[in-house]
Amino acid sequence: MTFSPQLEEIFAKMLQQYPEGRTRSAVVPMLIYAQDEVGSVNRELIEEVARRCKVTPLQVDEVVGYYSMLHRKPMGKYHVQVCTNISCLLVGGEELYESAKKKLGIGHKQVTADGQFSLEEVECMGACSWAPAVEINYDFHHFVTPEKLNQLIDSLKRAQ
Amino acid sequence: MAELVKLNINGREIQAEKGALLIEVARQNGIEVPAFCYHEDYTLQAACRMCLVEIEKTPKLQVGCTTPVAEGMVVHTESDVVKKARKGTLEFLLTNHPLDCPVCDKGGECELQDMVFRYGAGESRFVERKHHVDEKQWSPVVFFDAPRCILCYRCVRACNEGMGVGALGIGNRGVISEIVPNQGDHLECDECGACIDICPVGALTSGSYRYQTRPWEMDHVGTICTHCADGCKTTLGVRVDKIVRGNNRDRSGINNEFLCVKGRYAFDFVEHPERLQSPMLKTAKGHEPISWSKAISLIANKFGETVLAGGKFGVVGSNHTTNEENFFLAKFAREGLGTKNIDHHRTGDLATFFDALSGKPDSLASSGDLYNVKAVLVVGSDLAQQHPFLSFQIRANFRHHNAHVYAVTSGPVREDNQAIASVRVQKGGELAGVESQRDKLKAEVNLVIVFGDAIQGDALRKLVAFGDSLGIPVKYVCLVDYSNSRGAFDMGVLPRDGGLSREQVLAAADLDVLWVVGANPLKNAALASKKAFVVVQDLFLSETAQQADIVLPAASAYEKSGTVTNVCGEVQKLKAAAKVMGTKTDLEIFGLLAKEMGLNLGIWLPDKVFEEIRKTVHGYNVPLPIVATGGAAPTMPLNGRVAALPGSIASANDTLFTSGSLSKYSNVLNAVMESPGKLYGGEGK
Repeated sequence: MTFSPQLEEIFAKMLQQYPEGRTRSAVVPMLIYAQDEVGSVNRELIEEVARRCKVTPLQVDEVVGYYSMLHRKPMGKYHVQVCTNISCLLVGGEELYESAKKKLGIGHKQVTADGQFSLEEVECMGACSWAPAVEINYDFHHFVTPEKLNQLIDSLKRAQ
Repeated sequence: MAELVKLNINGREIQAEKGALLIEVARQNGIEVPAFCYHEDYTLQAACRMCLVEIEKTPKLQVGCTTPVAEGMVVHTESDVVKKARKGTLEFLLTNHPLDCPVCDKGGECELQDMVFRYGAGESRFVERKHHVDEKQWSPVVFFDAPRCILCYRCVRACNEGMGVGALGIGNRGVISEIVPNQGDHLECDECGACIDICPVGALTSGSYRYQTRPWEMDHVGTICTHCADGCKTTLGVRVDKIVRGNNRDRSGINNEFLCVKGRYAFDFVEHPERLQSPMLKTAKGHEPISWSKAISLIANKFGETVLAGGKFGVVGSNHTTNEENFFLAKFAREGLGTKNIDHHRTGDLATFFDALSGKPDSLASSGDLYNVKAVLVVGSDLAQQHPFLSFQIRANFRHHNAHVYAVTSGPVREDNQAIASVRVQKGGELAGVESQRDKLKAEVNLVIVFGDAIQGDALRKLVAFGDSLGIPVKYVCLVDYSNSRGAFDMGVLPRDGGLSREQVLAAADLDVLWVVGANPLKNAALASKKAFVVVQDLFLSETAQQADIVLPAASAYEKSGTVTNVCGEVQKLKAAAKVMGTKTDLEIFGLLAKEMGLNLGIWLPDKVFEEIRKTVHGYNVPLPIVATGGAAPTMPLNGRVAALPGSIASANDTLFTSGSLSKYSNVLNAVMESPGKLYGGEGK
């Protein structure tokens, strides 16, 4: 499996950051970066990461099974992540999530038919001071209300 | 001597090595700290929370398995707070664990059951439904029942670290996390079953043993595995003369917790329906059963006549029979039949090996040496395939002592994962590969060289000369194939002093009698002599037995007493586990034949013959108490010149899932052979 030159550069640097014999530590960051480029963590990627980090594919698979932000299937172009942990929940996180479900017509970790949007109910993102919070891909949105989220989704739809 | 610290456990003053783990120190002093995940051979996990202990001046309870002892530490392992913690841990472990011990296969030898009996709560505060997952079958021999699993990671570590296979992992997380096999829904691995043995609960169960019996209904017979030459102890669970299980839970053998698929499962040939159970005589209509007395008298008459007529005998001995049987057979041939034409299938060049080592005592490595030595050089053998226990020892040595491993082989081998140098050579180019490592090897403290049948004759002498030239203490293991190949050599089942080799016997057109004991020489060769009277002693109607005039049903190694010598020259005792009706041990057959022929070859009881071996066979004057109590007694090297022998030497290149002609009759080996796995691409392929 080959990656873009930029990603290869990141990986080369990454593998040198850990003490000798500890390449296993690179599994998580490598998966995250590669997922962004490849779109999902497929079998081929698992085997490639295993080879580069000198672990068995099963050991990479364990990691993929553990972390909810690693996806075995491609998510939408815009991955909408709504927090429903305690701080967000107290100020309407649940309602926000329900409204997003209705707006997009999909549920947790599902993708719209056109592949543009996916939805995920996530745990705390560390944005409690600005709850309720939503993260779309890597962009944070603070003090989100159902109306604001609808507008946001509509604007993303228009932007296509 | 390491620095010592003084500490106090349960009011007792104890001295211990600084940095030792609290749980080990407690155990060494007879204080049991219960634990599930802790296993002294593998990395620390601290996953089960069962070994919590109270340490004064530390606010919270600490896990004993990862806490090093320190000066002045005051520890309580049986205080009320500790007991309460254990009770709580067990209550947690039982949240999703089914409470159906009476139908669980582990019942009676379950560590969780024992702990709950001792510390557990009678009732649970959890009222939620238990999370249930259906049981899965991962291979013919491994079943997994996820709800019973307590996620101690023992199996994962045993497979990763001990076996070097890494076929098990943990999938998902939280309450739904469970052990997963490497191929999604099935295992591709050594099928060794180490995960089953090491499982403290009934989560991993054995395909061949499950639901057969209860552990307390079996006799546990510790004997030596009859497959490869490594000499692992396997404890056979016997119920009403039937072997139902092989394992090594008592870990009393040289192999500690190790057993491969053969040692653990391949005892089932004993019960195979094709086992011979009556002597048979060849007639016009094929082989017909006859009585033992008739068979013995027919053979004795023929032997007697041939001796009187000065006829030509050929005797082919076995790699599987005991030292006593080999000794008696050699004596029978030389003294009783007056022939030197006695040989067996030689799988390693022991003659040149001993000769090359003459005058160099302490050059034979024991299986323990492989675990303790600083450097190991593997030449021309895929140990994980052919000598799985030696391979395990090397991995353990690497894990615990950071041993330097060198592999000079023609293909990839498992030792590559531990090796500081892996050299790939063409077959026949092993010596050049070894030579290329000279400088590095010279810098080692000491070394064990393990070599296969690629190194024989001249090459072997050169290898020993290379070892001598390094200037460091070097020991050797000359690999041989079967459970008593070494014994057959040592007992003199050899064409010494001008006798005919196995091949020469088969090719001799004027052969009068061919006597084959536990071997199958006619599998790939034809018998030149048309007039030869063929007598075969075997478990099954092998290719050779099919051509025999008289076939005698022999008992297998699991049905007899005696001793065997492993590849490292360690003598260990066999204990009879099963009985198969109609069979006799080879030793008894020899004895009866000798009696019928009027020969005086001595008493044919295993213990008596072993006494004679100890007195007469060089290097076998081993301490009797060690052997008698099931230990492994090292034999001495010959330390004298050994004459060259005629005939060829070749390993049978068995894999992990084959065992000569025996594997044909083991259902388990044939079942798992369907998926030999991608792991192996090395020698012997």
